[in-house]
Amino acid sequence: MAEPIRLTTPVSDEDIMKLKIGDSVLLNGKILTGRDAAHKRLFDLASKGDALPVDIKGQIIYYVGPAPAKPGYVIGPAGPTTSYRMDPYAPLLMELGMKGMIGKGIRSKEVKDAMKKFKAVYFSATGGAAALIAKNIKGMKIMAYEDLGPEAIRELEVEDFPVIVAVDAHGGDLYEEGVKKYKR
Amino acid sequence: MKGAVMREIEGSTVSETVARLCKEANYFLGEDVISAFKNALGKEESSTGKDILNQLLKNAEIAKTEQIPLCQDCGFAVVFVEMGEDAYVKGGLISAINEGVKRGYTDGYLRKSILADPIKGKNTGDNTPAIVHAMFVPGDKIKITVAPKGGGSENMSEVKMGKPADGIEGVKNFVLDRVLRSSANPCPPIVVGVGIGGTFEYVAYLAKKALLRDIGQRHNDPFYADVERELLEKINNFGIGPMGLGGRTTALDVFIEVHPRHIASFPAAVNINCHAARHKTAII
Repeated sequence: MAEPIRLTTPVSDEDIMKLKIGDSVLLNGKILTGRDAAHKRLFDLASKGDALPVDIKGQIIYYVGPAPAKPGYVIGPAGPTTSYRMDPYAPLLMELGMKGMIGKGIRSKEVKDAMKKFKAVYFSATGGAAALIAKNIKGMKIMAYEDLGPEAIRELEVEDFPVIVAVDAHGGDLYEEGVKKYKR
Repeated sequence: MKGAVMREIEGSTVSETVARLCKEANYFLGEDVISAFKNALGKEESSTGKDILNQLLKNAEIAKTEQIPLCQDCGFAVVFVEMGEDAYVKGGLISAINEGVKRGYTDGYLRKSILADPIKGKNTGDNTPAIVHAMFVPGDKIKITVAPKGGGSENMSEVKMGKPADGIEGVKNFVLDRVLRSSANPCPPIVVGVGIGGTFEYVAYLAKKALLRDIGQRHNDPFYADVERELLEKINNFGIGPMGLGGRTTALDVFIEVHPRHIASFPAAVNINCHAARHKTAII
């Protein structure tokens, strides 16, 4: 397998266009978290044209609701949640400048079309490898919606956070290509 | 008639056991699953797939050593109870179980994922209530199994009220179609629980109960054991692979549980589990 690509946030269109499905990427810098309830709130604000509580331009949103941190830990186990539940909200956020999403599982045609149009990428992190993934998270700050508990929007400082490009901005989808390759 | 002596069990004993099982199920992946990962590594052709299986092995090791959850989704606490008819729990079985879940999830730093109302929301804050499946058995012991169930794989599950004419081929097609449509979503490699027979609600229970088996443990009836083998092979030929990114390892096992059925009905259910096939058992 080729050497992993190191990518530091915030990311540019140029960064995004270089990525192809199957690429192994190590993310560095700050990423945001958000899942079902936080997405609904962001979407409702954005639909009305109101300002969002966090700046998503050039940002990557990680679909995660971490477990509580044990004393002495920055964060509890924090693996990805299933992404399709965020499909209804993702295109609008990409229109507002979001450049990447991290989750697990397949995306809708609408999301993939929006990724091509607005130049964004979708990364797969390993679901259920939550204890391992947490080791690559070095800092955590709650940014909005603290009342949502595990679903609050957090800013994570990540170091060599391992992901795989699952859908790229060129229309490639590893969920389709990869499966085709190994089907018998 | 002389009254039989009932064995009295303290509610706190049940609560402590349940709390411990909630933590152990979330921290310690079963040796059967770990062996299945290692076995799959030998057969996996995709390098991404191999990377993912290695990550899962490393993850299980970290969770065990540091006593932290394997997965951030610490699940709905599904509790199976075999209650000896000659025993009773002081203060009530269900409240003792819920007290145990509350303690296990709070003291164990497990994620609380339960909303008090399905529409109006609001997290209960302690992962209660548990889903309890209790049945009476002879004796004075209580057998408790805690099987935390994650949302991602649960969402890919389904019940189908088929026609008796569908037969075993109908069930096979239903299972294969359900797994194919689930694709990457339930965190493959998955474990597939299949229920056949009974009623609408009971068949779903059978599919869930099937997930309690250890990887590699075949059905006692050779007919169903063969169907399990056949389905496993076909599922792995889909090429979905670890995390759905392509590969040889889509499922670790398929388990079938059956029950007598009504002459008019042909219920079947598929309950999918992610690779974190968590369940721990204790006998009091």
